[in-house]
Amino acid sequence: MLIEQLINGITLGSIYAIVALGFTLVFGVLGIINMAHGEIFMFGAFIGVLVTTSLQLPLWLGFLAAILITAVMGYMLERFALRPLRHKQGVSHLAPLISTIGVSILLENLSHHLFGAGNHPFRASFAEINFQIGSITIYLVQIVIFVISVILMMALSFWLGKTKAGKALRATAENLETASLLGVDTKRIITMTVIIASAMGGIAGILVGMAFNSVTPQMGLSMGLKGLAIIILGGMGNVKGAMAGGLILGLAETFIVVYGDSGYRDAIAFLAIIVILLIRPQGLFGQKIST
Amino acid sequence: MKMKKLFQFSVLSSMLILSACSGGGEQAAGEKEGKGGSGGAVKVDIGVVSYISGPGAAYGEAITGGLKLAQKEINAKGEVDINLVIEDSAGKQDQALTAAQKLINSENVTAIIGPTLSTEMNVVGPEADLSGVPIMGTSTTADGIPQIGDYVFRNSIPEALAIPASMKKAVEKYDAKKVAILYGNDDVFTKSGFDTMKKAAEDMGLEVLTIETFQKGQSDYNAQLTKIKGLNPDMILCSALYNEGAVIMDQARKMGIDVPFVGGNGFNSPEVIKIAGDAADGLIVATPWYGEKDDPKVKEFVSNFEKEYGKKPDQFAAQAYDALYIMAEALKNAGEADRDALRDALAEVKDFNGILGNFSFDEEGDVVMDPTVLVIEDGAFKIFE
Repeated sequence: MLIEQLINGITLGSIYAIVALGFTLVFGVLGIINMAHGEIFMFGAFIGVLVTTSLQLPLWLGFLAAILITAVMGYMLERFALRPLRHKQGVSHLAPLISTIGVSILLENLSHHLFGAGNHPFRASFAEINFQIGSITIYLVQIVIFVISVILMMALSFWLGKTKAGKALRATAENLETASLLGVDTKRIITMTVIIASAMGGIAGILVGMAFNSVTPQMGLSMGLKGLAIIILGGMGNVKGAMAGGLILGLAETFIVVYGDSGYRDAIAFLAIIVILLIRPQGLFGQKIST
Repeated sequence: MKMKKLFQFSVLSSMLILSACSGGGEQAAGEKEGKGGSGGAVKVDIGVVSYISGPGAAYGEAITGGLKLAQKEINAKGEVDINLVIEDSAGKQDQALTAAQKLINSENVTAIIGPTLSTEMNVVGPEADLSGVPIMGTSTTADGIPQIGDYVFRNSIPEALAIPASMKKAVEKYDAKKVAILYGNDDVFTKSGFDTMKKAAEDMGLEVLTIETFQKGQSDYNAQLTKIKGLNPDMILCSALYNEGAVIMDQARKMGIDVPFVGGNGFNSPEVIKIAGDAADGLIVATPWYGEKDDPKVKEFVSNFEKEYGKKPDQFAAQAYDALYIMAEALKNAGEADRDALRDALAEVKDFNGILGNFSFDEEGDVVMDPTVLVIEDGAFKIFE
C-alpha cells in the first residue's frame, strides 16, 4: 500500500517537475511567466495520441512528432507573442504575461476544434508493460517518467553550468544589454530557450497521456497553475528547485489522500506551499536577494 | 435657425421610429393569434439552451443533434411546425441565465428545452417559472428540479430513481456487503448522485469503507484508487461523468481492482467503452435509454441518427429527441402556441410511448418511468440480470 502510494506520488511529482522545468527556464532567462506553457504541454499530449493511436505509428515517432511540433509552437510563441513586445518603449512589464495568457486561450480553443471536447485515450502497447512484485503493480511508464525527469534535470544543469551556450544563456539572463555588448547573440539565445522549454512541455504531455490514459483540452490549465506554484516553491529560475518542488507537491498531494481527506487534496498541498514560502520567501533553492 | 430645423427633424424621425416599432409589435401579436385559429400546423418557436462550448461541449452536441433530428421528423409530419432557437450556455450558470432571459423576453418563444446541467437549471428554472414559460430539462437529473415550479418539467430520469435500482440489482447478484464510494465533489450533478448512493447504501445495510473525492478535469486518480484497493471492497460506487469515470475505471483495472463499478446517469455513455476499452467491463448503470432494445421505434431512431451524424446516439441525444416529441404532442393537444396552454397540456402527458419507454409526468412534472439496468460486458452494454 505505502510503496504503491509512494510510486504514485513520485510519478505525479516527476511530471510536475518536467512541466516546472520548462517554466523555470523561460522565467530564468526572460523573467516572463509563460502562461501558455500548460497549453503547449497539452498539445504535446494530443500529438502523441494522434500519432500512436489514430495513425497507429510507433511510440518513438510520437515522441519525435510531439517534440518537433511543440518546438515549432515555442518558436511561434517567441516570434509573435514575445519578441514584438521586447525593448519597445512604453510596453508594460506585464504585457508579455498577458500575451502568453492570450496564446493559452487561443491554443485551448484551437485544440477544442481540432480534437473535440471529450477525453482521448492513449493506446500504446508500451503503456501496458508492467511488473508484478507481490501485490504491487509497477508500470514501466512510471519508471520512465521518473528517469526522464531526472535526466532532463541533470542535462539542463550541465548545459547551463558547463557549456558555452549555457554560459551565454546565463549571461543573457543576468543582463541582456551587457551580454549583447559582449558578443552574445541574445536574440538567438532567447528563441532557443523558449523552443527548448516548449519541447520539454511536449515531452511531459506525452508522458502524462501514457501514465494516466487521459488527454483533454483542459489538462493544460491545472498543470500550468501547478507548474507555476512549483517554481515559486523551488525558487524562481532554479533547475534543482523545480525538480524538488515538483516531487514535494506530487508526494504531498498523494499522501493527503492516503492519510486525510481527498476533498482537501489541492487545498492542503497549496497551504504547504504558503507555509514554506513564509519561512523561505525566496523558495527552497532560491538565492536571497540582498538589499 | 439651423439648429431648430435639426431639432424638428430629429423629433419627427424619432416619432416615426416609435410608430414603426409599435406597428411591428401589433403585427406580431396578430400573427400569433392567427396561428391558433387556423386549422393547419401549429407554428411555434422553441428555445434551446445547451452546453455547446467548453469542457462539456460533447453533451450539447448530442442534445442539439437529437433535437434537430426530431424537429426534422416532426415538421415533415405537418401537424406541428417547430422552429428551434438555439443558445449556448457554455456550462456556466450566468451565461445560461442570460441565454434563457433572451429567449423568455422574445415573445415568439413558447417554451424552452434545456439547459444541460442541473446547476444551470437551478438558476434558469425559477426565472422561467416566474415568467410563465414552460421549461423542460432533458439531462437535468439532480434532486428537486421539477419541484422548482409549475412550469418546470424534465424527461430525464432522476438519479434518485436510477441509482438505487442499479445498486439493488448489483448487490443481489454479487452478494456485496462492503462498498467504497468515489465521487466528483465540485459538481451538483455528481454530488447529488453521491448523496443518493450514500443513502441507498445505508438503506440496504451496506458497509461504506471509505468515501473519496476528485475534481473535474483531474487526470490522476491513482492515490484514491490505491487507497480503495487496500480496503478490499466488494463493489465501488462511483458518481462521475463519463469523461472522468472512464479514466477512473482504466486506472483502477490497471492497478488490479476488478470489482464491479456502479455508476450514475452521467457515467452511462458508449464513450466509456471507447475511452477505457476492456477496462470498462463490469460497469453497471441504470438507464432510461438502451440503444439495442428490440423495438422498431428505437431501431429507426438509431439508424436515422447514425445516417445524419455518423455516430451512435447516446442517452443525451435520445432524451432530447423524446423531449421534442413530448413538446410536439403537448402542442398538438393545446392547439395553439400559447405558453399557458402548453404548460397545461404538458402536465397532462400520460403514457407517451417514446424511444425511452413508456413515459408520464407526475403531478410535479417529474418522470414516471422504469429504468433499465445495464452492464458492460466484452465491450458492449448488455441488459443486466
